[in-house]
Amino acid sequence: MSVEATTARSRGPSALGGGLRRFLSLTFTLAATDFKLRFFGSALGYLWTLMRPLLLFGVLYFVFTEVVRFGDDIKNYPVYLLAAIVIFTFFSETTARGVNSLVERENLLRKVRFPRMVIPLSVALHALFNLGLNLVVVFVFVLASGIEPRVAWLELVPLVAVVVVFATGLTMLLSALFVRYRDVQPIWEVVLQMLFYASPVIYVTEFLPDNIERKAMANPITAVLTQMRHSLIDPTAPTAAEAIGGGVRLLVPLAVVVGSFALGLWVFMREAPRIAEDL
Amino acid sequence: MKATLSNPSEARARALERAPAAVSVQDVSKTFRLPHQVYSTLKERALHPFASRTYDEFRALREVSFEVKQGEFFGVVGRNGSGKSTLLKCLAGIYQVDRGDLRVAGRVSPFIELGVGFNPDLTARDNVMINAIMLGLSRKEARAQFDEIIAFAELEEFVDLKLKNYSSGMGVRLGFSVAIQVDAEVVLVDEVLAVGDAAFQQKCFAEFDRMKSEGRTILFVTHDMGSVERFCDRGLVLERGRIVDMGAPEQITRTYAELNFGQLTEAVEDTDEPAREGAARILAAWCETGDGERATVSRQGEELAVCVEVAFSRDVEDPDFTLTFRNEARHTIFVASTQIREEPTGRFSAGQRATVRFAFENRLGPSRYTITPAVGERDLSHEAHAYAEDLAAVIVQAPHYTGGVIDMPFAVEVERA
Repeated sequence: MSVEATTARSRGPSALGGGLRRFLSLTFTLAATDFKLRFFGSALGYLWTLMRPLLLFGVLYFVFTEVVRFGDDIKNYPVYLLAAIVIFTFFSETTARGVNSLVERENLLRKVRFPRMVIPLSVALHALFNLGLNLVVVFVFVLASGIEPRVAWLELVPLVAVVVVFATGLTMLLSALFVRYRDVQPIWEVVLQMLFYASPVIYVTEFLPDNIERKAMANPITAVLTQMRHSLIDPTAPTAAEAIGGGVRLLVPLAVVVGSFALGLWVFMREAPRIAEDL
Repeated sequence: MKATLSNPSEARARALERAPAAVSVQDVSKTFRLPHQVYSTLKERALHPFASRTYDEFRALREVSFEVKQGEFFGVVGRNGSGKSTLLKCLAGIYQVDRGDLRVAGRVSPFIELGVGFNPDLTARDNVMINAIMLGLSRKEARAQFDEIIAFAELEEFVDLKLKNYSSGMGVRLGFSVAIQVDAEVVLVDEVLAVGDAAFQQKCFAEFDRMKSEGRTILFVTHDMGSVERFCDRGLVLERGRIVDMGAPEQITRTYAELNFGQLTEAVEDTDEPAREGAARILAAWCETGDGERATVSRQGEELAVCVEVAFSRDVEDPDFTLTFRNEARHTIFVASTQIREEPTGRFSAGQRATVRFAFENRLGPSRYTITPAVGERDLSHEAHAYAEDLAAVIVQAPHYTGGVIDMPFAVEVERA
């Protein structure tokens, strides 16, 4: 009767259970498939991944250097604009596609047992693939505009990591809520629009009055973009710590990142067992 | 009923009885909440965005309890919406049960449907990899078994064809081929045999036989009673989330037919009760042609007679003799009984034997029919003295197949205006 020992009470689906290897290979497979299918059938294929931020860049660049003449005051404005667009695109792509990711994968969720967290994570991973490609273009622009490579460029790694954690946390939160409240999607679209202008993508925080600048820095994206400008494009630009008025205050945007990730994780873990039937 | 060990299925049944349980389900209930659609004006909605929502409760499973032995091929049948798929999803770990205890020994396959995650825009190659990983194989395993999967599906020539260019049968073949690679001790299968051409179905059957011989436990949801009888060791019938019957395949298919097509004859209902020492015994039943020759085949339009030989062990007054004809789908097609006739059948004394001959013009559609003779009390109890399920069979042949279960003689008149 040795078989008895293996009898396990079968549990319902969970957010994470089922073995790390399967979790990782599933996440990777879903992300890679999405990446492959995204521009499937289009003439330019993968190039669209690069073209979209570049086209947006083209429009904004024209408006803010030729029409509004606003970029003149910022050193290497075109490069900054492109880098900021690429980072923000990663954030908006992850969260916007993340919102309905669970609903889109209804077929899988209802028919296969697998850790539910795979789905929001694969969305973030897919966006990360795109970010990787786009950053290559950014570096080409950076070098072409005559900026010397520096060790400080390595700061980009933790900066991107912060955005990834922030976007992933929000994706977990939004996707889990969207299953039950379909109002989440239109709301989030508006919030993303607001965030685009609230973050220094087309401008830099120096332009803001001091007291507003400090408050704006509570937005993690603002903090990341400001620090990125300092370390990647213009060493004379203020660091994030300077912009917020003291390194300790950087704990505020950091707390926003950690808090939203924790909230997203908690909500997702709580909803995971019932996602398949609530769809 | 005396069991003989020389009978392989008997031996298998005994072995299964001793086997440990692979799946044990205790009082499992599952209820879904179906939110009501609240029709309200935009204004109301805006003023009360979080107004309490009302739900309808749908009880998909109600206190379901059963046990499946290791190595058993277990059928789950029931009408649409009876809770079969919910049960399988609970076992697969896709749904969480509300109440009750659900235990599975060993690895259970995590999916209930074939070809989950197939994407029409990807080639068979990509789809196989994705599907295999979804079903729990590692990338390495999936790559290693890729050729085998394609070979089993017989799709070598189409590996790089996009799935949308596949016929639906090809897609299912691909899905089945991946699914059988999954290393699970308890396999859940939801309705697969309805698709695929005859040759591939044969392969699937062979695969099921292989799984059986490997001692894997299989839970099989289907509407096809033929495959239940062919493969299953036991099964259960679900109706509105409850188990209404559980047991041998023949019993299951009968209950299922009953659910679908209304009640069978009274005599059949008595099958639930164990065979009693009745006042009579049915010794034999056979078919005859009009001129009294025994036959197993009858031609439509000719006379068909069914004879039942009965021995009485007690004195019986006016017993009723009944025949029930059922076709291959287990539908009751025709019941002939002395009960509906006025004249009494007379008195039979203990030890007496009698042969009852029913004769009629054969108007049955071409099929194989089984005949269940019964002897019962004429009084209101209709108590059965003797009953022999499917004792005789007859194959009806006809010059043409109309699709109907009977072929009545008819006249046609066309009146032109």
